[in-house]
Amino acid sequence: MDLISELFSEYPIFGAFKTTIELTVVSAVFALLIGTAVAVMRVSPIRVLQVIGTGYVNIVRNTPLTLVIVFCNLGLLVQLGLQLADPNSPTSIDDNNFRLAILGLSVYHASFVAEAIRSGVNTVPLGQAEAARAIGLPFLKTLRHVVLPQAFRGAIAPLGNVLIALTKNSTVASVIGVADSSGTMKEMMENRPDVLFVTFGIFAIGFVILTMPVGILFTSLSKRLAVKR
Amino acid sequence: MSSVLFDTPGPKAKRLYAVVGAVSIVALLLVLWFVLSKLGDKGQLTSAKWKPFLTGEIWTEYLIPGLIGTLKAAAISVALALLLGVLLGVGRLSAARWIRWPSGVIVEFFRAVPVLLMMLFTYALYGHYNLFPSEQLPLAAVVTGLTLYNGSVVAELVRSGVYSLPKGQNEAALAVGLTTGKTMRLVLLPQAITAMLPAIVGQLVVILKDTALGYIITYEELLRKAEQIGNYKSNLLPALLFVGALFVIINYFVSLIANWVERRTRRRGRSAGGPIAPDQIDQAAVATAAAAANTVGQGGQSAI
Repeated sequence: MDLISELFSEYPIFGAFKTTIELTVVSAVFALLIGTAVAVMRVSPIRVLQVIGTGYVNIVRNTPLTLVIVFCNLGLLVQLGLQLADPNSPTSIDDNNFRLAILGLSVYHASFVAEAIRSGVNTVPLGQAEAARAIGLPFLKTLRHVVLPQAFRGAIAPLGNVLIALTKNSTVASVIGVADSSGTMKEMMENRPDVLFVTFGIFAIGFVILTMPVGILFTSLSKRLAVKR
Repeated sequence: MSSVLFDTPGPKAKRLYAVVGAVSIVALLLVLWFVLSKLGDKGQLTSAKWKPFLTGEIWTEYLIPGLIGTLKAAAISVALALLLGVLLGVGRLSAARWIRWPSGVIVEFFRAVPVLLMMLFTYALYGHYNLFPSEQLPLAAVVTGLTLYNGSVVAELVRSGVYSLPKGQNEAALAVGLTTGKTMRLVLLPQAITAMLPAIVGQLVVILKDTALGYIITYEELLRKAEQIGNYKSNLLPALLFVGALFVIINYFVSLIANWVERRTRRRGRSAGGPIAPDQIDQAAVATAAAAANTVGQGGQSAI
């Protein structure tokens, strides 16, 4: 017990998990927005938009997340000079890397969100869309008032899976120097190789604590909010 | 589905669609032009930066060794993950509680912990206790991390594959006098594995992508090689884009194979249960967890 409290006082473990949670929550919001837009493009009647949406999903889904994140840093920041934070602020390097990590995580997971929502659209019975068209709603209104509300409720379980995956994948942000849980764990393991198992145990349990409630919550939500048919 | 969301367009709608389509093409071209001109401004489009990919040296010294590194780690991990997954999956289905419980805990634990943490941990562990020669150390850590995570995923697949079989299969096997072990080995598992084959091939994409995590622990795979090319020819951005395109092409073909396997399994119907689609991996796990509740939508997102 002494060892664990010593590790907690020496290393910013809670701060590291706070960064992980921040990365996850902010990226989740952006991924949901981009993903919804891509999903709408894929089911739209306009061929060009369908092709763009499908292309986005197929390209992003097949690229390793590590490459996406490394590209955000080495490609966008170092080579192209894309600044996402005020370059004069004292924490500009950290802020930049944090925001670039969010950019990478959002773009990557948006493709999975789009797939989840499209699978949600598939749970909506044909009669719903047909009825909406029969009362004269155009495509966007059919989508907004009839299909998407039901699709989101049908997509809760897969969206929960994306959120869990996003929580775990946010650890890749440490590759560009974001001081999240994996970065802190790496540092601890380098400094204290004598207590590897304890260190790993702390972080592993941390992730179990983060992901388990999300899984349980989304499973129960997907049942509670399911459209009764 | 998409065709049901909108009417067959009339003349007015056709005009509208054409306009929106044209506008989006123009917008897309503008974005492309903007990106390319920015790249040009930063001197990223010069032939000196792109020519190297046509030379033999870059391929023989960097890209092919990197590709071999990526494929080697993926292949070893797949083999070990299948082995571990079948063991854990059968363990979770065991009638004995002292096998079922530990298997369940192991599967849930390794599914909840990020692969990267497992790689960092095993890398430090193997290094500290000198379990592997130092040049094999990164490979060993990558393979361990991928095996533990994907083994748990395969275990869930095995379980949902067996659950997807009609109850009569199990009952008939027991009725002709097979033991529970033989029932599993001779009747249930072969059918479950046939049913989950497409999902396993789909999981290959995940494994191939996750080998890139090895970059973080200095494993010599494609991404690491891209960085080396970038340092050697000072064309980091083109190198990253090129390697990204390689990944997309490889993974796209693997997903095509997964879809083909699924169609073939569906057509030949060798299994009493239907095939589990590659994009149903997590769905299947959720469905089992929710005890086949009718709330979970069909289809689903592919494994991440």
